[in-house]
Order: sequence, then structure tokens, then C-alpha cells
Amino acid sequence: MDFEDSPAEAEFRAVARRWLDANAPKEFAAALRQAGFGELNLDGVDVLTASKRWQKRKADAGWACPHWPREYGGRGLTPIQQVIWQQEEGFYGRLATPFIVGHGMCGPTLMSHASEDDRRRYLPPLASGEEIWCQLFSEPGAGSDLAGISTRASAVADGWVINGQKVWTSFAQLSDFGLLLARTDPSVPKHRGLTMFYVDMHAPGVEVRPIKQANGQSGFNEVFFSDVRIKDQQRLGAVGAGWHVALTTLMNERLAIGSGMTTGFEAIFNWCCSLERSGAKVFDDRAVRSRLATWAARSSGLKYTASRAITALSRGTTPGPENSIGKLVAGSTMQEIAEFALGLAGPLGVVSDPLSAIDGGRFQAMLLRAPATRLEGGTDEILRNIIAERVLGLPPDIRVDKDIPFNRIPSRSA
Amino acid sequence: MNLDFSPEQQRLRDAARRLLTDRCTPAAVRKVLEGEDRYDRGLWRELAELGYLGIAIPEEFGGSGGGYLELCVIAEELGRVLAPVPVSSSTYLATEFLKIAGSPAQQAAYLPKLASGASVGTFAMSEGAGEPMARSLRARVEGGRLTGTKTPVPDGDTADFAIVAASTAAAPGASLYIVDLHGAGVDRRPLATIDPSRSFAELTFRSAPVESLAVGADGERVLARVLDGAAVLMAFEQLGGADFALEAACAYAKQRWAFGRPIGSNQAIKHMLADMYVSATLARSNCYYGAWALSTGADALGEAAASARISATQAFQHCSRNNIQVHGGSGFTWAVDCHLYYRRSNQLALSLGGLAPWEDRLVDKLRRRSAATER
Repeated sequence: MDFEDSPAEAEFRAVARRWLDANAPKEFAAALRQAGFGELNLDGVDVLTASKRWQKRKADAGWACPHWPREYGGRGLTPIQQVIWQQEEGFYGRLATPFIVGHGMCGPTLMSHASEDDRRRYLPPLASGEEIWCQLFSEPGAGSDLAGISTRASAVADGWVINGQKVWTSFAQLSDFGLLLARTDPSVPKHRGLTMFYVDMHAPGVEVRPIKQANGQSGFNEVFFSDVRIKDQQRLGAVGAGWHVALTTLMNERLAIGSGMTTGFEAIFNWCCSLERSGAKVFDDRAVRSRLATWAARSSGLKYTASRAITALSRGTTPGPENSIGKLVAGSTMQEIAEFALGLAGPLGVVSDPLSAIDGGRFQAMLLRAPATRLEGGTDEILRNIIAERVLGLPPDIRVDKDIPFNRIPSRSA
Repeated sequence: MNLDFSPEQQRLRDAARRLLTDRCTPAAVRKVLEGEDRYDRGLWRELAELGYLGIAIPEEFGGSGGGYLELCVIAEELGRVLAPVPVSSSTYLATEFLKIAGSPAQQAAYLPKLASGASVGTFAMSEGAGEPMARSLRARVEGGRLTGTKTPVPDGDTADFAIVAASTAAAPGASLYIVDLHGAGVDRRPLATIDPSRSFAELTFRSAPVESLAVGADGERVLARVLDGAAVLMAFEQLGGADFALEAACAYAKQRWAFGRPIGSNQAIKHMLADMYVSATLARSNCYYGAWALSTGADALGEAAASARISATQAFQHCSRNNIQVHGGSGFTWAVDCHLYYRRSNQLALSLGGLAPWEDRLVDKLRRRSAATER
């Protein structure tokens, strides 16, 4: 066992590091390193402009989505090289936040299901950040039960007409295109009547409205479709095969969200090291030490779980299912840590004003953001189902609506 | 990056699993549990003959000259089957004390017998309620003779010799001595415990003659190093047990029907099992990090050992406890094996000290490291 690169890996790391040393936007280094759960603040520079500029600079040198094939805007890296690139890019990667849905989920879906012409047209500008993509899946009436969506795509001459509403769409307000899951046939059981499309977010009839979230921020949107006309070429996969296409996207979503998530352990540990209460060092409190140790072991467990997956990639094999635990563990740990930190602060714990709050309000922001982490990209419960069914081989849930035509499912006609 | 066992080590695992599944059946564990013998002497001999006991002992002392990674592999397999043999006392502890602190003469005298299984060693530190503290040991050595009581001592009733931690006028703190348990001035009283598949005893020493192993500051340094290594190895045993309990619970959830469906199709059961998988996975990753640190002698050993110990203790307790829950009423019968794992998980959780000292060790190490990076 070792944590060393193979000679070829070390050589690649040196190439990546050399390019980053010469090209990374070092003026943002401090702000990016400290970025927490608030909005990113780059000293007055518009974040989207900075993000697009960095992404384009990478693209021009072949470092945008470097694991994609060259003809689609990538560099053809192997999976292990991609991991090394991400390690080297480090916190500069946070600038790519507006592109993560496109790069992590829409891109791979297009790669698997779009025509060759469309791949060559859409993937390179997606990689370079010149065009932003979003994913139009969840609806007010269908979240975990995604196959229960009701946005309609009705066939017309030369294409389709879309009507309905999507919700929790990240970056829709910035997006040029969206991956849309819609119902093309309500008369068959729910999984069989779905079809995947891509839509122009600037087309007439598409309206984006930001959602004010429970934590006061607006990272997500509602998207309304009113008689939006699209061409049949914008269909991805066969009519009725939308569920199968969506699974490609979702598997990529869970990989993208689950890798390298913070648990907040480092923040709580550093804060506890410096804290005094009633003249005694909080760090010396047995109960505090016990909680810190449990979170430390959990964080290192996640870190070395990722190392095991990287080991598999380095050996040229496919990682096991271990990494599926990442978001499940990180989300609830973050929530526990935030509650604990506020509790240690006593009455001051309620204060989120950055000037007077503990640690600049970091834990209050964490507390208010944590519920979303436990829901987005697969709720804790869906993730447990996935582990139980796909990893442990337990029988599927009993699904009472599985074989009933969608338009006869009782709750929907009620 | 290479945080996994090599193909040769995987083959060793396969071989050990085949042997132990065949040889260390639940019936064999129950013979010790139900008092037929204090440990499985036949299995002990076989482990010795296969070279497992001496796998991390140099060839010049009769070992097979492998390393700690191989021993980690064996430990996990022993944990899976709850092997009722004194490997943790004799191999992870006594052998390691001698390898790390023994004089050439002591190594030549003890290591070959430990490798061949002819001699069983153990380690005696605890002196009753509370976590044993190196600075406040009541057992005392004066003029080469030990007086005091150690309890509970794992394998104390069957071991041939013990490494005993005691205080002495010669130096402050804990010093380490070798004591012949068949010699004069040694009284042993077997103890009933929550896990009779392993044996424990109270040892009373009245002017028992001792041999010095490491005295004073040297003793404490050796003690810390050996306990770190033993924590990693025991974490692998706990990991093996956790995995087995998880697998047993999954198997039962698939075959037991209630309300017209397998109980494993209920989310209450599935989610419980998914959480057990999460615990076992975190433990495995921490164990591998511990194995890396132990096998390379990394500075991070203290931190890695504590993480592995904490994570694996929690995982084994979590999995063995919920394995009974998934089995329902049958899981609480003597005849079904769930309680063997439940007993062992709680026994291992307290050997080498409970969680508290390891939690302290982990946060102190992390703090020192973070202070060092700031400087």
C-alpha cells in the first residue's frame, strides 16, 4: 500500500501542475480557498464572468472536461488522470460551479444518447462554458418518484409541444439549454411513457422563476413550459425510453455530487481548538472530544473510501459501490456538526450576522443549507434504497403503481 | 495511489477464508463458549502450522517473514469467524512487544515459540474499573519482583507468560516486564465475561520474579507503539465481524417472509441494513489507512490507528446489534449465532481500552498536526 503516483501518473501530474501554475487565476485563490456555504465573493468581480473566463482559458488549452474525447472538447484523459487533474485544480474547480450540472450530468447523457451531429455541435461549447446546461427533471408532484412526472410532450407535425412545470432546477436562470424529461404517453405505466429531449431555454414559452429557498438564498428555480415547440431531432433516445436515458443522467449525478463532499469536520475542529467557555478550554471537555473523534473518523473514512476508488481507477478497474455512501454520510454529518457548534456557542448561536456570529456565521449557514444536501440529487431515503437494492441485493419495494397506466394511478386522479 | 491489498494478499485471504470457514465453524466457537475448553487448541495448532501466527515475525526467529499487511488479512478472517483462540493476546500484543523492545536474547528465547504456537503470551495492563493509565499503575516492581493485581487479563488463565505494565522506583510512568505465569508468586482466577468464547482471568502477583523489557520513558514509547499496532489489527478483526453480521442480516432479510413478502422489501429493514453497510464501509476504509500506516511505519500511525479503532468498534457494535434486530425473536435464542457476534463486538470494544482513550488520542494527534501545519 502507498499513496504514491505511478511514474506515468507523476509525469501527468507534473504537466497539469505546470499548466495550472502558469495559468490559474491566482487573484481569486484566497476567496476560493475559504468559500463556505454563502455566495462566493470575489472582491467585486462578477462570479459568472470569472467562471466563464477560467473555463474558456482551460478549454483553449484542452483542460476543460479533460476526460471527454478530444472531438467533443476534451483531452481524452483516463479516469485516473481525470482524478489527478481534479486534485491539482483543487479549489479553482469551485469556479466551475455554474457548469457542474452540464459537465457532470447533461454532457454524459448527450455523449450516450445524442446523434453524432448533435454531440459535435453541443459538447464542445458545453465543455468550454460558453453554453450552460441545466437538468429539467423534478416537478412539484414528482421528486423521489421521478417516473411520476406529468410535464407533457405532445406529438405534432415535425416535432413536439411541451406543457408543464419543472422545479429545483439549478442554474436555469443562466442556462442556454436544458435536458428535459417529459411524458409522451400517459396511457401506459409510468416508467414506459417517458421520453428525453433537450430544449433551448431561450425559446418562446419557457419561463424561469427563482425559488426563494428555506435558507433565504436562491440557487434553484421553477421552470414553466407553455406551448413550447421543439423539433423531433431534439429527442434523446427512443420515444418511451426516457426512463432508461434518465438513469444514465442520475448515475452521473450521484457520482458528481457524492465525490469530495465536505462534512464540516475541519471547520468544527479548528473552531473548537480555539474556543474557551467559562474560563475552560472547550477542547478539553470529554463530551466535545468524543463528538469530534467520531466525526474525525467518519471524515477520514470518507476520504479513504475515495482513495480506494482511486486505487481501482489507477489499476484500470472499475471502483466498487463504496463511493455511494459519500453524500449520505456527509449530509447528515454536516447537519449534526452545525447543530453542535451552535449549541456550544450558547445564546450567541442564533446570531448569523457575520460581524458578531461565531466563526463568521459559517455554522449558521451550514445549518440552514444542510437540509438541502440531504434532499438534492437523491434523498437520504432514496440513497438507502439504492444501497439496499443494488449493493446488498435486497428485494425491491412493493410499488403499487408499477403496472397501472399513469393516468389511472389513484393519487393523481384525486 | 494504492490503498488496497495486493493480488498475493488477496490469495492469502481466500486461502484463510476457506480454511477458517471449514475449520472454525459456529459449532467450534460454541465448544469454547459452552466451556468445553478455554480456547480451540486444534485450531491454534493449525494456525501455527500454516505460518499465520508467525506471519509478521522475521524468518531468523522462526516466522514466515511476511509483514503487517498479511497479518491484517489474517486478522480480518479470524474476526469473521469469531476464532476462539488467543491470537490478539499472543500475536498482536506479546509478539509485538518482544519484536519492538526485546533484547536479542529475549527475541531468540520467545519469538520462535510464539511463531510455532508452542508458547502463548498475553499483555496485562488493566487493574480494575476505569481506563488503565500509564501514570497511575498500582502494580509495582521492586528488586526484580512484581506485586499487584491485573484484571481482566485476556487469556490470563491459559497464557504461558505475560508482558506486564507496572510502576517501579527506578523510573516514573509505566515500565514493561516479562513474567512467567507458570512461575512462583502467580495466582490466576478465571473470570466469567459477556463473551465466554474468549477467556479472561484475574492475575495476582506476590513477589513474582520478572525480566525487564522496557523501563521508564522507553516503556511508555513502546507501549504506545504496540497499542497502536494492536488497535489496527483488532480493528481488522472487528471489520471481519461487522461484515459477517451484515451479510447474515441481509441473508435473513431475503429469506424471512412476513405480511406476504420478504421482510427485506420493507424500507424499515432496508434502511437499517444500508446504514450498517455505511458503517462497515467507513470502517474498512479507515482500517486500510491504518494498515498502510502500520506497514510503512508512518508518523500518522497514532492517528490512523485511533481512526480505525473508533470506526471499526462502532461498525461491529452497530452491525451485530442490528443483526439481532433483523432476525427478530429467533435472533435472541441461544441456538442462533447472532448473540455470538453481539457478545464479541462488545468484548472487543473494551479490549485495548474502550473508545474514550482512543478518542482522546485521535483528537490530540489531530490537534498537534494542525498546530504543526500552522507553524
